[in-house]
Amino acid sequence: MTLPAVELRTVCFTYPDGNRALDSVSFRVAAGEAVALIGANGAGKSTLLQHLNGALRATSGDVLIGGTPLTRESAPALRRAVGMVFQDPDDQLFMPTVFEDVAFGPLNAGLAPAAVDQRALAALERVGMSHVKSRPPYKLSAGEKRAVAIATALALEPDVLVMDEPSSNLDPRGRRRLIDLLRSFGHTRIIATHDLELVVEVCPRVIVIDGGKLIADGPTDLLLNDEALMLAHGLERPHILRHRHPH
Amino acid sequence: MSQGGWSDVGRMDELGRLATPVHRVDARAKLVTTGLFIVAVMSVSRFEVAALTPFFLYPFALLSLGRIPPGYLFKKILVAAPFALAVGLFNPLFDRETAAVLGPWSVSGGWLSFASILLRFALTVGAALVLVACTGMHRLCAGLEQLGLPRVLAVQLLFLYRYLFAVADEGARMLRSAELRSAGPRPLRVRVYGSLVGHLLLRSLDRAERVYRAMQARGFDGEIRTLQRPRLRGTDLLFVCGWLAFFAAARCWNLAGLLGTLLMKGAS
Amino acid sequence: MHMADALISPAVGGTMWAVTGGLVAACARKMKTSMKDTLVPMMGVLGAFVFTAQMINFSIPGTGSSGHLGGGLLLAALLGPYAAFLVMASVLTVQALFFADGGLLALGCNIFNLGFFPAFVAYPLIFRPLAGHAPSRARLGCASLAAAVAALQLGAFSVVLETQSSGLSDLPFRAFVLLMQPVHLAIGIVEGLATAAVVAFVARARPDALFGPHACPAPDAPRSLRFVLTALLLAAALFGGALSWLASPHPDGLEWSLARAAGTAEPAAPASAVHRDLAALQARTAVLPDYGFKSAGPAAEETEASAAPWPAVSAGTSVSGLVGGLLTLGVAALIGLALKKRRTAA
Repeated sequence: MTLPAVELRTVCFTYPDGNRALDSVSFRVAAGEAVALIGANGAGKSTLLQHLNGALRATSGDVLIGGTPLTRESAPALRRAVGMVFQDPDDQLFMPTVFEDVAFGPLNAGLAPAAVDQRALAALERVGMSHVKSRPPYKLSAGEKRAVAIATALALEPDVLVMDEPSSNLDPRGRRRLIDLLRSFGHTRIIATHDLELVVEVCPRVIVIDGGKLIADGPTDLLLNDEALMLAHGLERPHILRHRHPH
Repeated sequence: MSQGGWSDVGRMDELGRLATPVHRVDARAKLVTTGLFIVAVMSVSRFEVAALTPFFLYPFALLSLGRIPPGYLFKKILVAAPFALAVGLFNPLFDRETAAVLGPWSVSGGWLSFASILLRFALTVGAALVLVACTGMHRLCAGLEQLGLPRVLAVQLLFLYRYLFAVADEGARMLRSAELRSAGPRPLRVRVYGSLVGHLLLRSLDRAERVYRAMQARGFDGEIRTLQRPRLRGTDLLFVCGWLAFFAAARCWNLAGLLGTLLMKGAS
Repeated sequence: MHMADALISPAVGGTMWAVTGGLVAACARKMKTSMKDTLVPMMGVLGAFVFTAQMINFSIPGTGSSGHLGGGLLLAALLGPYAAFLVMASVLTVQALFFADGGLLALGCNIFNLGFFPAFVAYPLIFRPLAGHAPSRARLGCASLAAAVAALQLGAFSVVLETQSSGLSDLPFRAFVLLMQPVHLAIGIVEGLATAAVVAFVARARPDALFGPHACPAPDAPRSLRFVLTALLLAAALFGGALSWLASPHPDGLEWSLARAAGTAEPAAPASAVHRDLAALQARTAVLPDYGFKSAGPAAEETEASAAPWPAVSAGTSVSGLVGGLLTLGVAALIGLALKKRRTAA
């Protein structure tokens, strides 16, 4: 049996101020799967995502990446396997030029200069942003920033891509480009999002979180069509499923 | 303190990313030359006015070759002039002894030194602005680091520069919303000010935390590593030596005076 | 309170650059050994914050004017003195580079005046002791006010010393001091109020940010005092050394003009002129008690002494100087234009 790309075993997390953010969450994601993490604001999605690269350490329970437990010691190495794309690209693009941002990961990983260049260029090419590589990041449009942010994660050639609200602030074209890009990836993808239409298009599997607990874990079609479930946890049935027209 | 809009920084940044021969000169060469320029200008004695004029060639030449709009820079120099003007203006008041005679008029040492102060100001400030406008912050910081600036500070400059726009945007938005809810664009009351700026500070702290997490996610371990830097070329050294020779000449001989004497002799 | 290049001599500017450079290096080294990773983005973003905050004004009750935050003290409270100094240095550098605030020669002075005193004097020696642990709002306010006033008074006095020892301004020492100190007392109170308001807000919303363990904590008061005194002593030594080294061979303008006017350097007159000028220069640079700078009273005798070398100024020299100056400006501008034309044509 191949090891799951990502596994959580009864992970609990309480913030220093006492706020119980995650309560016994367990799930497994196989290599290459695309899973959406959905839930109302404050449900615990972002907190959960931060456990996946060791930014937060579980109060109890285990996080395993590719079968290896994520601990303080193993975190630096495992971070190469998990590429994070944050909600606000401005937080993620902090170098003077796009190229340097994308090269930041490989440089820190200690790769040789030639390899760094090659990885950075390849990542930019993959997201279709090679033409802006010498520009400063704040000069990009929201869609371009998002694409570059994804490139910064891709440059480390991770096994898993974790994304927090990737389609927020994108115009329809940017959003369409993002959806197409996400569908084209072969990586394991874990996407936390409010964009339920995106979920339908990109992720065959969905995990519902509410109040720090894992409420449901199953096929997208099944769960998102369950109106009662959706409404009970601060969500709703997306239009794309409500008005399915046979083509 | 500066009143210039932070959006102005954006304009300078754009200028810094042009691709002219001047822009291509290594930042280190330009830094060293500008430094020598400033020292040369400032070492001219206090009553010299005409002797300062040849020095204008340096900023003028870089301006033109670097395709930097002169009016734009001139405005910035004007905006920054008040302090020098204010203090310099005392000179004519205190030093009334005649130091020069122009036909029927006698000019006091005070006026001469005042004029000298103004010219110096224009020259040194102009040179600094031209330096930034034809190098760009990124290359400038890289050059500074290569010349010995501690990495902590070089990184600090780049980060500050990077987030300047974001934070200033936030600040401007908060200020505007405060103005809209009060009787007009009056300066804020202290209480409101404390709260507004306090909020801005908290948001900045939050942002810093998020940026750190993004850095950590990509393997940051406290050491900022950089890509390879370009090497110095022959043209860069030529740049420095050429200008150094000119500055030395302008400093040792009063070129303007010579030119004037030549003209007068020719005229008579 | 930004110093302008135009008022600093290379000697003073260079010295202060050396002092500031030394401080920067010391801070950088200190940060290398005991710095939390999180400080890197924190310093950058807070630098951007201070930059922005300096552009937001508040009205001062009672007067018609407005004030704003300087930031040095606040930074020290949030980051500790070493990081705060570096951040202030970066803010001032960007201001000098992009807004012509002060200029590059004076940057060393500005960083010292506006960074050293808040971070290494006002914060550890005044703010921390006054504020204590978990202070009340009133106590925080008093601490901020006192610290801000002290920092600005010291900074303003530095400006006076730096300008005077540069000798480019004719403003007498006493007059300058009487001008600068009261004005900066007012500014200090204003800044203290601003800092107090923001500090109070942050203390309520996020107390750990202010009084939690800094990555580079302020040393306790006696150590801090020692650090300050050492730095000041070194600065004074550098100052005196640099000035006396440069004073002798440096040709005074008077002597030079005399040589020009006479055609060739006349041995007798210049020698005595040099001596007289050097004496005047040394009198000017004698810091403190005697105030050997030009002041309204003794001005008569001093200017008489320095006026003596001037009798040989000829009308011809001055006019050719003026003509030459204007012409040179024109030539420089023309060359500039020609270069521009060539670029667009190319």
